[in-house]
Amino acid sequence: MTDNVKTPYLDVNDLRVHFRTDDGLVRSVDGLSFQVERGKTLGIVGESGSGKSVTSMAVMGLHTASNAELTGSIRLDGQELVGAGKEAVRALRGKKMAMIFQDPLSAMHPYYTVGNQIIEAYRIHNKVTKKVARKHAIDLLDRVGIPEPGKRVDSYPHQFSGGMRQRAMIAMALSCDPDLLIADEPTTALDVTVQAQILDLIRDLQKDFNSAVVIITHDLGVVAEVADDILVMYAGRAVEYGTAEEIFNEGEHPYTWGLLSSMPRFDRKRTERLEPIKGTPPSLIRVPKGCPFNPRCQYVDLVGEPCVTERPSLLAEGSSHGVACHIPPEQRSAIWNDEIAPRFA
Amino acid sequence: MLSYLIRRLIAAAGLVVVISMITFAIFYVAPRIGGATSESMASRYVGRSATGATVEQIAERLGFNDPIPVQYWNWAKGVVVGTTYDYGAGVEKCPAPCLGYSFRTQQPVLPEIKRRIPITFSLAIGAAFLWVVSGVAVGVLSALKRGSIFDRIAMTVALAGVSMPIFWTGLISLSYFSYTLGWTPPGASYVPLTENPLKWAHGLLLPWITLALLFSAQYARLTRAGMLETMGEDYIRTARAKGLRERTVVMKHGLRGALTPIVTIFGLDFGLLIGGAVLTETVFGLPGLGQLAIQGTKNNDLPQVLGVVLLAALFVAVANLVVDLLYAVVDPRVRAK
Ligand SMILES: Nc1ncnc2c1ncn2[C@@H]1O[C@H](COP(=O)(O)OP(=O)(O)O)[C@@H](O)[C@H]1O
Ligand SMILES: [Mg+2]
Repeated sequence: MTDNVKTPYLDVNDLRVHFRTDDGLVRSVDGLSFQVERGKTLGIVGESGSGKSVTSMAVMGLHTASNAELTGSIRLDGQELVGAGKEAVRALRGKKMAMIFQDPLSAMHPYYTVGNQIIEAYRIHNKVTKKVARKHAIDLLDRVGIPEPGKRVDSYPHQFSGGMRQRAMIAMALSCDPDLLIADEPTTALDVTVQAQILDLIRDLQKDFNSAVVIITHDLGVVAEVADDILVMYAGRAVEYGTAEEIFNEGEHPYTWGLLSSMPRFDRKRTERLEPIKGTPPSLIRVPKGCPFNPRCQYVDLVGEPCVTERPSLLAEGSSHGVACHIPPEQRSAIWNDEIAPRFA
Repeated sequence: MLSYLIRRLIAAAGLVVVISMITFAIFYVAPRIGGATSESMASRYVGRSATGATVEQIAERLGFNDPIPVQYWNWAKGVVVGTTYDYGAGVEKCPAPCLGYSFRTQQPVLPEIKRRIPITFSLAIGAAFLWVVSGVAVGVLSALKRGSIFDRIAMTVALAGVSMPIFWTGLISLSYFSYTLGWTPPGASYVPLTENPLKWAHGLLLPWITLALLFSAQYARLTRAGMLETMGEDYIRTARAKGLRERTVVMKHGLRGALTPIVTIFGLDFGLLIGGAVLTETVFGLPGLGQLAIQGTKNNDLPQVLGVVLLAALFVAVANLVVDLLYAVVDPRVRAK
């Protein structure tokens, strides 16, 4: 991880989000900690159902359901959000933190023009006339690369292509210059070629705005190019947390290895098959004892007992690269060198 | 948008023609199928004392012996350009638009209909205002507080509301509020709006509330269902993520999304109602269109009934058209199609 001399803009500590349901307590996020500085990008990666969206919604204060229980700490620019008043958190949304969603078609209101929706977002935090806001909306659409913004500002979402809609969504999120931008699977609903463009755009804008960015994805490939830090999430917890170099050059958790192996790569030979991780993610109501990944881990026999009884902690003393795994570090790097790294050679 | 407008207009015009055919068929063709002769049809236009020969003559003059399509054509032409009726004892003029000529009152039916439109319209507009406002408000609150005591009570009352007939709620409320408490004037107390707006509203208050009770239940249930659906949509989450106040999220983003079915049903309900609220007008003694139709039926005054029915059908067609246009206003995706 990067040296934390600067105070992080977003500082999440031991976050837990549990849902009470008829089937039992769903531990969607269970003791998660991470930090993001301004100008930096954090990638949160994990299979679907690992609690990524629930985490982002928690930061945004969007868990309105009465069955949601939030504990731990979320500090935004030093201000504690867990337990803060609804109105106080609302006032931060849009201005200090903004969010981009997966499917821009369903995430935009079908009955209002794209311009209208951007104008609305801008005017929540800026007391300006509609005319001024409209000018701002056109500038934003231009900035995110929408051709003929003066015309497209009056279009409805259904009149845009998928990529253009996501650009418009980004324009809306950026309308009030947020210091933190969370993108939850921003490219999942898009074509591969458009995916790269949108990621480039987010990276560009981050440079301009010097904001803190969190990109959430199930695909390590998406964050390979853009993330400074990467947090690998499994069953509501972090299993590995480090810089992008650490994860890609010496990833240490068996789950990370699985994600890396199932990552589509351009340098891969066509004939080589992707290797999906065997098994399915656990139920978040009955998370396996010990290491939550143990039922799917092919190295569980190396350690045995502790894997099924003891919950591994993320951070070893004196290291900033966190790995929640019972396999001794020397053995992990041996496996990486002998089995995992050769797959990318 | 313009082509959508033109297409809807053509469709509405077509609907009016079809409705006029059906109306004509009900009143002029169905009796013949049921065994009525041209003479028995004509006998309604002359006094009881007329001889068989006179009736035959009149049947001929009024065109009852012509082929059905010709009869329809003449009748439809009369509606559009006006017509004259030569029934032997004299020639009666019925200027356009001639909805019919009542030989019982010896007058065209239109002026009487026109006199009654404001009454029925007053009844409908006030009731509609009440039921839309109360129905939508209760529906929104119920959806936001789903499962709460308020929601349960509101939905139970709503169920009871749709199940109770007007002649029952109307009579109960009349007997209690008008006769026992004396808060509102009893029935048959219509004062035109232009004469005294306060008395107008006071006199109509009870029928408005009674009618609104019947309709608002349905609107509350429809709004609740629609809101439950739209408040779970992704765009609501987006609206909240922008930092909008919850009130704006609900009213501007949620309700807007739930509006389409409400607009539809409202157009149809309102269109039907201004064609004559038969039961309500009868219970509260309001001399509106519904009462005119009842009166015409009792007096065997065919042209009068036909006139009211035709006008009511026209209202429904217009309401349909307005709904179609409102769709385009509410949902931009409709415009594109
Ligand atoms: N409101 C809720 N009530 C109960 N369970 C929920 C709720 N929201 C999310 N969950 C559960 O939390 C888990 C994590 O969901 P999510 O964060 O959406 O995963 P992902 O990593 O794919 O974004 C899922 O198993 C989901 O069923
Ligand atoms: Mg998700």
